Parts: sequence; structure tokens; C-alpha cells
Amino acid sequence: MKMRNSIAIALVLIFGIFLFRIFEYHHTSTSLNNSATYYNTNAPAEVGTANVVTAIVVTYRGLDTLGEVTVLFLTALIIGYILKQKNREKSVVNYTSEILITAVNILIPASIILGVYVFINGHLTPGGGFQGGAIIATGIVLLILSNPSKLMNMKVLHFIESISGFTYILIGLAGLLFAGGFLDNRILPLGNIGNLLSAGAIPIIYSLIGLKVGTEISSILASINETKENTIKP
Amino acid sequence: MSLTIDKIALILGMALMLTGLWGGFTQKNLLKIILSFSIFDTGLNILIVALGYLPGRTAPIIEGEVVTQENLALVAIDPVPQALVLTAIVIGFGITALMLVFALKMNQDKKTLDINQFNDLKW
Repeated sequence: MKMRNSIAIALVLIFGIFLFRIFEYHHTSTSLNNSATYYNTNAPAEVGTANVVTAIVVTYRGLDTLGEVTVLFLTALIIGYILKQKNREKSVVNYTSEILITAVNILIPASIILGVYVFINGHLTPGGGFQGGAIIATGIVLLILSNPSKLMNMKVLHFIESISGFTYILIGLAGLLFAGGFLDNRILPLGNIGNLLSAGAIPIIYSLIGLKVGTEISSILASINETKENTIKP
Repeated sequence: MSLTIDKIALILGMALMLTGLWGGFTQKNLLKIILSFSIFDTGLNILIVALGYLPGRTAPIIEGEVVTQENLALVAIDPVPQALVLTAIVIGFGITALMLVFALKMNQDKKTLDINQFNDLKW
């Protein structure tokens, strides 16, 4: 046991030296590098978003985002497969506090509205599909916490998820046909920077991503909640 | 050397990474190992965001009179690390969720979370 701890100490020390070298080498620069200058100069005119990060995530590196959504989809799929059971059973935990149940009824509509606001305004303000989806999923977590024995309607979750993922890919293909390439957002007019209806297809794509991420996280949590013996014995 | 905000963020991220690495090497409980991975992940994300920071600049979002389309390249920070970290956070969530579900299955199998009890692959 002593031996193992000293190996761990040695490895952490080596990694610490590595990080310290990075820290020493790092110097605070005063001007942007080439790629950042390109994005900051051209993104608003080319893509039409007020938020440059959204322009990179959804359009310039849109294929990466498609891959990212695919990774989340695969995670939800694998978790659903591993925890699969023929007869879904109600959770053993039934008691939750009255305060939580009352608060959840107020908080769920608020969290869903906030999530929708965040992903619809993803091209104008900080935020976007992933953040909005996560906010919607917090509402679902509260629902599960307040009423663990309730079974989620998995069919509705999977339906929303598949429809939004499919439409996302269709919009990408439309970019291939009517604009410059796959996932190009200029299939719709760019509009004025700062308006809600601007930046071409970005608000639509980010809304679809938000719905997809929200339902995926919710279905992961629901399948963990509904599995048999979900009480862990330490 | 003065401690500017990006240096502080670098130190914080590196400290979190070292904490997570130490926890991953020394903890015996599966849940604590997963928690260590999450801490390491958070530290790495803070590190990447800190690398894109430039002193005195603001977020790369066009906002009224202060940040306009023309002066964006002069007053805004590097947007690329933020886009990368957005991806990294989502992938980190997926990996953490998968690890937690595997821990749940392992717990159902052996009724314990102690990593020393899972010696099927030991030689």
C-alpha cells in the first residue's frame, strides 16, 4: 500500500512539474492570434450572429457540433440499453417533502421558459442549445426528485429527440443544396445583427439542439431513476 | 510577477487537475474515482478558457455602442477556446453519465463499490 501511494505521489509530482512548465511558458498576450482575428473580424458579416462563439460552434465548426450531439445520443442510447428492463417498475423511494413538491410546481414552468429563452437567443446573448437544454433538464430533475415513483413517458421524449435530430440533419443537407456547404446557415436571409430573427438558420438549429439535448439528458436521468435496485450500497 | 486574473485562473485550473489526478490514483471507492475525474475535467476546462483570455478585453459578443462589428477584433477575447470548452463540457457529461451507470451495474453485480473487490482483470 505504501508502494502504491508513493507511485501516485511520483506521478502527480511529474504532472505538476509539467503544468508548472506550461505556467512558466504562458505569457499574457496583448493581441489576438490569426484564427481568432479572422473569426472576430469576419464572423458577424459572414454568419450574421452577434455572439461569435455561436458562429463558431454552429456554423464554422458545425460538423463538430453534429458529432457532439451524436456522442450525447450514443450515451443516452447505451445507458438506455444497459439499464433496459422488460417491466418498468416504480421506484422504491416514495416519500418526498411537501416543500419540494410545492416548489417544483412553481419552478418547472420557470426553468422550461428560461431554457427556451436561452436557446432561442443563442445567437445574440451568452448561451445556446446545450446550455438551454441543460436548464430544461434541471426542471426534469426536479420533477423526478419530487415524485420518484412517477414513470416518465419515454415515447414522447424519444419522439422529440428523433424529430429534432432528423430535422437538424435535413437543415444541414439543405445548406449543401441551397448555400455554400453542409450546415451552412445562409439558406435563410441573414437579417440585421442583433435581431431575434437573424443569422439565417442558426436560431432554428440551436432550438433543435436545445430540444435534443434537453430530452436526451432527461431520458438518461429517467432511465437511471427507473432501474431496479437503484439504491447503491457503499 | 503580478497575479492577473488569467494567472489566477491558470493556477486554479492546474490545482483542480492535480487534485483530480491524486483522487483518481488514491481513492478506492468507484464513486469517488468518478468524482475525481469530474474535478480533473473541470480544471482542464478552466485552464483552456484561461488560455484564451486577454487583459482588459470583453466577451466576443456585439453589444450596443461598446462592442460593435468594427472594433470586435480590438476589444474582444479569443472565441475559439470557449467553443472548444463547450464541446468538452458536453463530452465530459456524457462520459461521467456512462461511468456512473457502469458503477451502478458493477454495484448490482458485487454489492460493493470498493475497487479492490473487482479483481477479474488482475494478473
